[in-house]
Amino acid sequence: MTIRIKKDKTSHGLLRRVEKMADVGLSGCFQCKKCDSGCPVSNLTESPPSEIIRRLHLGAGNELLTSDLVWMCVSCETCFARCPMEIDIPSVIDALRILAVEQRTPAPEGNVPLFNRAFLKTVEIFGRTYDLGMIGAHKIGTKTYMKDADKFPAMLKKRKIALLPPRGADRKMAKRVFDSVKRNKEDQK
Amino acid sequence: MKYAYYPGCASESTARDQHASCVAVARSLGIDLAEIEGWICCGTTPAHQTDRVLAASLPAANLVRAQKMGLDIVVTCAACYSRLKMANHEVVHHPKVREHVKEVIGQDYDGAVRVRHFVEVLLEDVEVGRIRNALKHSLNGLMVACYYGCLLVRPPEVNQFDDPENPTSLDRLVTAMGGESLDWPHKVECCGGALSLTRTDVVVKLSDAVLTMARAAGADCVAVACPMCQINLDLRQSDIKKETGRDHNLPIIYITQLLGLCLGISADKLGLKKLMVSPESILRRLT
Repeated sequence: MTIRIKKDKTSHGLLRRVEKMADVGLSGCFQCKKCDSGCPVSNLTESPPSEIIRRLHLGAGNELLTSDLVWMCVSCETCFARCPMEIDIPSVIDALRILAVEQRTPAPEGNVPLFNRAFLKTVEIFGRTYDLGMIGAHKIGTKTYMKDADKFPAMLKKRKIALLPPRGADRKMAKRVFDSVKRNKEDQK
Repeated sequence: MKYAYYPGCASESTARDQHASCVAVARSLGIDLAEIEGWICCGTTPAHQTDRVLAASLPAANLVRAQKMGLDIVVTCAACYSRLKMANHEVVHHPKVREHVKEVIGQDYDGAVRVRHFVEVLLEDVEVGRIRNALKHSLNGLMVACYYGCLLVRPPEVNQFDDPENPTSLDRLVTAMGGESLDWPHKVECCGGALSLTRTDVVVKLSDAVLTMARAAGADCVAVACPMCQINLDLRQSDIKKETGRDHNLPIIYITQLLGLCLGISADKLGLKKLMVSPESILRRLT
């Protein structure tokens, strides 16, 4: 397969930036594709893990941030566990996610970035996850009101999902963690 | 046997049954679980997809509390397990992350608290012999596909839980309970994990592959040790049926629920009614 990349001004330094963020060295990858063989979504994605690495090698720029694997990857860690060069590919994907959010790339199918924000917001507020809050926020943001609607009555009846927000967490500590991580990030800029 | 218990967020919502069964089994086997006061979410997948320091700090805030209690930390959720272990790994191997975490949580944390999954406590501290002696019922040859998923076993150098490709921890427990643990190839394949609500299409495909294989191996049920595996494999069976026409009708039961049943704990106390696919067929086999 021929891999074509667009080189533009964003290409410069992306490989090094990702290597630094993920704390990995990607020069060891020799394209054995063991990662692709184990990847549970490699037959659903346009660019399996080995291709993401190859594209980085070849000098791809921000176009890489819209690869569907960036948000389809399930963080199952199989690629890393099986990589003969012990490359932490899930951390590479995490780095691409962080850059994608920074660059405000268009929302991917299912809008995982919104889900992540909604999830973490409930943790910031309550100290623990509040499923209904986060599902609600994600539904509003993605306009998928009816999705899984058939399941909620049974889940609520079985008390398989909590109705009220969690109590008992050290909310001050959670708030402190989120506030100082935000401050840290701003300082770095 | 006393441990600092970290129940994790699912224990208060989608995995109340796992939490209840774990607490009941612990009581029955003389394991003392002291819940960490004020514990907060480990951040799980959304945190590590968002910020490395956040992903280390949320678990660390709980780990320092366990350290003050002077106890090993015990978790029941595979995702919490993985994130707590990863936080230890981060602060031990990356002094810069440790510095950041110190600033964020206001205390230095050295990564020394031992993080254990409840299954490890059962196998290593209680031991199979003692468990066998405490059993009141047998699974009576029930064919159980033990499913480990991802985050119990991976990444192996961080988690160091059993063999990452062919783990047998749950199988050993099932065998001790008189069940037949199946040799099947999807023990550590992914069910779709955190994409359950966002990319349900992906989760349906992956969970269907796992369940199809479990059925092909002759499973009567699938035993799990992770709230996300449980809900994906259980709740998504109706979607799989809609999408593919395959009606797996396989109960997805927590290993602690199976063990609780064999220890003579009531189905109610173990939260069995919360399972979406009825575990009635399992209850009938019990002797």
